[in-house]
Amino acid sequence: MSAWEDTRAPETRRLGAPGLGRELEEIWGEKPGLLGWISSVDHKEIGKRYIVTAFAFLILGGLEAFVMRLQLAGPELRLLTPEAYDQLFTMHGVTMIFLYAAPILSGFSNYLWPLLLGSRDMAFPRLNALSYWIYIAAGLFLYAGFVVGRGPNDGWFNYVPYADRAHDPGINIDVYALGLILLGISTTVGSANFVVTFLRTRCPGMSVNRVPILTWGTLTASVGNLLAVPSVSLAFFLLWMDRQFGTHFFDTGQGQPLLWQHLFWMFGHPWVYAIVLPAMGMVSDGLPTFCRRPLVGYTPVALATVTTMALGFGVWVHHMFATGLPSLSLSFFSAASIIIVIPSAVAVFAWTATIWTGRPVITTAFLFFAGMIVLFVIGGVSGFMTASAPLDWQLTDTYFIVAHLHYVLIGINVFPVVGGLYYWFPKITGRMLDERLGRWNFWTMFLGFNIAFLPMHLLGVLGMPRRIYTYPDGMGWSTTNLIVTLGSALFAAGVLLLLVNVAVSLRRGAKASDNPWAAPTLEWATTSPPPPYNFAVIPSVASRHPLWEARLGESDARSRLDEGLLLDHGRETIATTPLDAEPNLILEMPPDTPAPFLLALGLAIIFSGAAGHWWWLVGLGAVLIIVALLIWFWPNRTHADEPGQAGHV
Amino acid sequence: MSEGVYRGQPLPVGARGKNSVGWWGMLCLIATEASLFAYLLFSYYYVAIQRGPSWAPQPHPSLRLSGPNTVVLLASSVAVWWGEEGVKKGERGRQLVGLAIAIGLGAVFLVVQGFEWRAKTFNLASGSYGSLFFTITGFHMAHVIAGLLILIAVFVWSAMGYFNIRRHAPVSISSIYWHFVDAVWLAVFFTFYVTPYLFW
Repeated sequence: MSAWEDTRAPETRRLGAPGLGRELEEIWGEKPGLLGWISSVDHKEIGKRYIVTAFAFLILGGLEAFVMRLQLAGPELRLLTPEAYDQLFTMHGVTMIFLYAAPILSGFSNYLWPLLLGSRDMAFPRLNALSYWIYIAAGLFLYAGFVVGRGPNDGWFNYVPYADRAHDPGINIDVYALGLILLGISTTVGSANFVVTFLRTRCPGMSVNRVPILTWGTLTASVGNLLAVPSVSLAFFLLWMDRQFGTHFFDTGQGQPLLWQHLFWMFGHPWVYAIVLPAMGMVSDGLPTFCRRPLVGYTPVALATVTTMALGFGVWVHHMFATGLPSLSLSFFSAASIIIVIPSAVAVFAWTATIWTGRPVITTAFLFFAGMIVLFVIGGVSGFMTASAPLDWQLTDTYFIVAHLHYVLIGINVFPVVGGLYYWFPKITGRMLDERLGRWNFWTMFLGFNIAFLPMHLLGVLGMPRRIYTYPDGMGWSTTNLIVTLGSALFAAGVLLLLVNVAVSLRRGAKASDNPWAAPTLEWATTSPPPPYNFAVIPSVASRHPLWEARLGESDARSRLDEGLLLDHGRETIATTPLDAEPNLILEMPPDTPAPFLLALGLAIIFSGAAGHWWWLVGLGAVLIIVALLIWFWPNRTHADEPGQAGHV
Repeated sequence: MSEGVYRGQPLPVGARGKNSVGWWGMLCLIATEASLFAYLLFSYYYVAIQRGPSWAPQPHPSLRLSGPNTVVLLASSVAVWWGEEGVKKGERGRQLVGLAIAIGLGAVFLVVQGFEWRAKTFNLASGSYGSLFFTITGFHMAHVIAGLLILIAVFVWSAMGYFNIRRHAPVSISSIYWHFVDAVWLAVFFTFYVTPYLFW
């Protein structure tokens, strides 16, 4: 171990060399005990925690939805008071959109990225841990209000003037505002981590035209988040100022209520793409494995991913068609919203062509991915319809929109995620999920979903407004609502089957081999589950399908998976150039540390203090944060002491 | 496209200037913070356009303090740059002087901003102009304070001898953040102090 080397030609080693891995295990392994658990910065640990936490929120949000469906099963039901219903539909939206849909994708990407990219961890392992701890802190913060009956209650997009103090004087909205700002910090640091990881820690040879599409999806989402999240964090901060310090940003007298809608949707629409593009990437990578051929149109799909997000920044006003904006503005945003169909369609055609020209192996994962295509088309078409302003005026704030957004979000997020779980579960746990139960799981969810949400289009056309806590008899909505509720019960049963499958398979599932699906990408080149250091030697790749090169015979170039850089002088991985992935630096990776946990704790204390106007608590949190940051960033003494260096300052 | 295979050449170990991941991480932070200020200024222009010329206080904001203060902040950027060039040449003394000057100028900027705030006849809650003025300049001042804390930390670490001619990534990373804070001020300054003269 030389602690003060300046440059080094890293050693190359063959897999199977004696003793290989034992030392790496020592270097990368997690320390035992609670402190070790809190201090872990292993991307796989963090990824798993993200996935489990996000699923817990999915179940919470699902239960909230189910209670609402019971209320709406028939006319004039009084299971819930209007106030309780307001909080339920708001928390349902907040939970699903902010606490499930984005974090679940962060979870999969955190777990998978370094494995897909042939690296030993993310570029910033501690930032990764920080992102998770803030996420869970924000989740608890948002739910703290709800459990005492003071949850946010103006819908997840929280329009003023409903949400200003005059109309909603309780602490409900303040908790929402502060909680979402806190969550925004988590999203932001996580996104920065993905961007730098993508640019710098791909294994040698993995040029940007060879990365899995999932990484394109998450990269695009992350760049979008970096640019969009400040908008909503700012909006919520200004709203909190309006409510607590008498500023005039959004009030109807001095301020501009529509400014809220602009700031919210300038964030909101890119966010929609941020919570679907990585999931689309999962389909683009998973589906070809089961079609036994590469994805049709890798380059168009990658470009379409980026294009979707770029256009996604120019369509926010389609959420505001009914606000009385000038028709010129409506025309522009209507056109942009229609054009965005094109890059989305590219992906749909690519997947369809991949199935069409491949030899599909029908597994549960395949069914979820293929089912997603169907739901995406339905949700896409209803979105395309409402991109037209006149039709939107008719349908806005009706159940048609509810149907549309659930086809998009459940269709393009939940279905790929469940498919992805079936696909990567063996890698994560070393055991297969049960396929027979999987079929039941898929068909129950798929049928339940469509029975629940397809009729909602009709309810919308019949004029049923969203967010009403009940409705009178004789509107012609009663039977359809009952069908919707029955469908949602079936859908819930499907999710329950998934949970059963996970619980049973974790203990009794068939043992998974390293590559149970004979898949093409690097995560399948290591063991199931992977060791803490991912790869004993860093692979170098020569194509998009390192594990399929012999089968495809596209060229003579061969990836090298059994021989590569050892990098065992402490926690190390290789950094490469952003485009061509040529090695240009040996990265020293940080040890496990509780600093991220302390920093998140400090932030949580600050936000709690701000919610209660306990300014001393805010000061205490700030001190904790500064201490944690100093521990975090304290420079490495060993480098300063490099001996015999000319020019030592 | 290159095959990207490692050919046995020696590689630098650990963080190295703009080749470090920390540098790239800072660029991400700057991108997201720049967006934050873009949305803040968007809010200002949005309300200004919706309300029209009568909305802003008369007379137009004075350049008497804010003009020289802008020069002070820009000078601090020059000092940071000069100091960073010092560490690149292995001159620790020059780097410490550069940082000290920058920290001093940054503090002067904050004090003058304090006077600027006190001289205003409106306040945070008196109307949407005041809300926007104090919030946006307040956001900027918070960034100046954060930047100063970072510069102070780097100053102390430099004095303790943590950096040398080849190992000074934290110096470069903190410098670019300080330059960013100054660049943002130009946008804020232009918005509040220049546009009223140009358009109203």
